[in-house]
Amino acid sequence: MRFLARMVVVSFTLPGSAPAVGQPEAAAPLFDRGRLLATGGVSTVEGAGGGGLVPWALITGYATRDGVGVTGFGTAVVARDMNLYVAGAGIGLFDRVELTYARQWFDTRGVGAKLGLGQGYTFEQDVVGAKLRLLGDAVYAQDSWLPQLSLGAQYKINHQESLVRALGAARAQDAEFYLAASKLLLEHSVLLNGTVRLTRANQFGLLGFGGDRGDRYQPQFEGSVVWLASRDLAFGAEYRTKPDNLSFAKEGDAWDLFVAWFPSKHASVTLAYVDLGPIAGQRTQNGVYLSLQVGF
Amino acid sequence: MRWVLAAIILGAASSAHAATLYEQLGGMERISRFTATMIDLSVADPRTAEKFDNSNLDRLKRVIAQHLCTVADGPCTYTRSLRGSHVQLELTQRHFYAVVENLQTAMDREGIPFRVQNRLLARLAPMIREVVTR
Repeated sequence: MRFLARMVVVSFTLPGSAPAVGQPEAAAPLFDRGRLLATGGVSTVEGAGGGGLVPWALITGYATRDGVGVTGFGTAVVARDMNLYVAGAGIGLFDRVELTYARQWFDTRGVGAKLGLGQGYTFEQDVVGAKLRLLGDAVYAQDSWLPQLSLGAQYKINHQESLVRALGAARAQDAEFYLAASKLLLEHSVLLNGTVRLTRANQFGLLGFGGDRGDRYQPQFEGSVVWLASRDLAFGAEYRTKPDNLSFAKEGDAWDLFVAWFPSKHASVTLAYVDLGPIAGQRTQNGVYLSLQVGF
Repeated sequence: MRWVLAAIILGAASSAHAATLYEQLGGMERISRFTATMIDLSVADPRTAEKFDNSNLDRLKRVIAQHLCTVADGPCTYTRSLRGSHVQLELTQRHFYAVVENLQTAMDREGIPFRVQNRLLARLAPMIREVVTR
């Protein structure tokens, strides 16, 4: 209800109308950046607020329940035989709703030539995401074991439809749904995240959705542990299971070890060692992950 | 190996007699100092300045230091109602977190380790429910 009230207030007071009667003080800025540093997380490879692979229940950006936060990000993963580039943006509304968009470029480098697609053949995918905070507050509810819980959905549009179908995928567009739980154990300077995702994506959807080995939504499990070393520095580990729907190439789980630096609420840099598992019949794709997020 | 084990056992024994948070924070003297710094920073902070317009700052520093001492299991007693002392200020979450950030900066200046700071913040964080009324 508070969320709806805020939306109504904003829509009636923008742009530039007089402050509502009964508010003698200067109104707080809409982009309030009120939440504590690092609590907005970074942007996942799918655009959601969280770690690099695993979404958090926290809403992207630093807006409190009275404000709006906007984030933009760019990510590069350079693995043994392939690269993944991602760019995207997100908006957090009143610490309640998060809307995100990400564009992914999956550069197959030499593998493209090996598979007969051509050197550097690049798969492209759009990911539109929404996240709704259901209950709890990961940060301030330190007297409770209840985590912050959020429900998320992502709609993915793979632009290589005929190719991913030829590789055995059942479709090139699909929705997936997740429930994320996050809890800051401030006493221990540790943040825990767990996510269950219903999906049939092959390699995040980069190789389409569903396949000859399975075409049903399956629950996948994702988790991360983050240690806050100081206000602006976090170390963490993430793990994410993935389906294995295509018989032409085995798919495995992904994990990473990261360090994230938050020099201000306007920027963060994340560096990771990541292992995406075997992709498209190649050996396991481990390598370096680098991500930059900006926000206001 | 033997001395490693001994060290672990000693470590466990000493953590069984762990210092109270009050002691880890450096006792009343240091609590009073970082409380004063926190208030000074918040008075100068455009996000929170106007909320201190009608405050007796010396008294406020004393009262809050007493509160933090009590929260940290120190030899103080603070019994005032948090809601009662904040409701007229009409504070938002932004005000609350701004003061938290100033408290972090104040504790940094006293050289209090981040993990000790977080032990105090973990006890203060739920008070947002009493303090923030808007």
